Amino acid sequence: MSLGSYAPFIVTSYLLVTAVVLMLIIWIAIDYHRQKRHLRELEAGGVARRSGRSPTDLR
Amino acid sequence: MTLIDLANPTRFLTLATRLLPWLAAATAILLAIGLYQSAMAPDDYQQGATVKIMFIHVPNAWLSMFVWGVMSLAALGTLVWRHPLADVAAKAAAPIGAAFTFLALVTGSLWGRPMWGTYWEWDARLTSVLILFLMYLGLIALWRAVEDPSRAARAAAILTLVGAINLPVIKFSVDWWNTLHQPASVMRMGGPSLDRAFLIPLLEMAVAFSLLFLTLHLAAMRNEILRRRVRALQLIQVAQASQRPA
Repeated sequence: MSLGSYAPFIVTSYLLVTAVVLMLIIWIAIDYHRQKRHLRELEAGGVARRSGRSPTDLR
Repeated sequence: MTLIDLANPTRFLTLATRLLPWLAAATAILLAIGLYQSAMAPDDYQQGATVKIMFIHVPNAWLSMFVWGVMSLAALGTLVWRHPLADVAAKAAAPIGAAFTFLALVTGSLWGRPMWGTYWEWDARLTSVLILFLMYLGLIALWRAVEDPSRAARAAAILTLVGAINLPVIKFSVDWWNTLHQPASVMRMGGPSLDRAFLIPLLEMAVAFSLLFLTLHLAAMRNEILRRRVRALQLIQVAQASQRPA
């Protein structure tokens, strides 16, 4: 596979897509852990859901 | 499990948590196959190796419109059926749609420079996609500006439905106006005009990116439901604190 003189445009495109997709994945993963941490802190503070289940219980 | 069951956010969380690892694995496998096929695709007789940009540009461009379509359906769900997950779906989709639109614009620009001799041209297709990107940003700003999610949901739903007018403009801009952008070569009357050597890797990448969107969207929706649970519990905590004797 030879990209010739167009290599900078092609490689930049693929690198950029990879970077943005990775950023999305990392952002969503960090957000998930942040929300779970908030829920654990609330549970430790004695706040309960109406159902009586643990705030961190995903069911 | 029926659609009615999924109206319950807690049931949705259970399903999403169960599905996400499988969806992520399927996405990774399909992306790997699609990228391999794209790398092995021959050069185009006119465009040379730059045709490889098509395999990432086109799926991102399709998804930029598809995600707005999903948000428009969710907007109807919010305004008409008052589905409890509709605004969660719309809010979670907006940043992902914005990212796909950004990538469609930038990869298109990087493809345009060697082929058209310019990174940007204010023609109908490029301009209408730029407007779509700005509308995504506006929607994200609106969600962030209004603290109460249910109030923000109604305003965002109206803006989303108004913005949906732009979708047919984007799709048919290359037919309605004389543009630098090439006309449709896959979704067109008479079938695709692309050779199979390009069409197959392109469709594989389109399926892989669609699965990527589904995976990210489910994960983002799960986050949004948890965020609302945090907010509700924080309100309970404040109410409990204010009832305690000083």
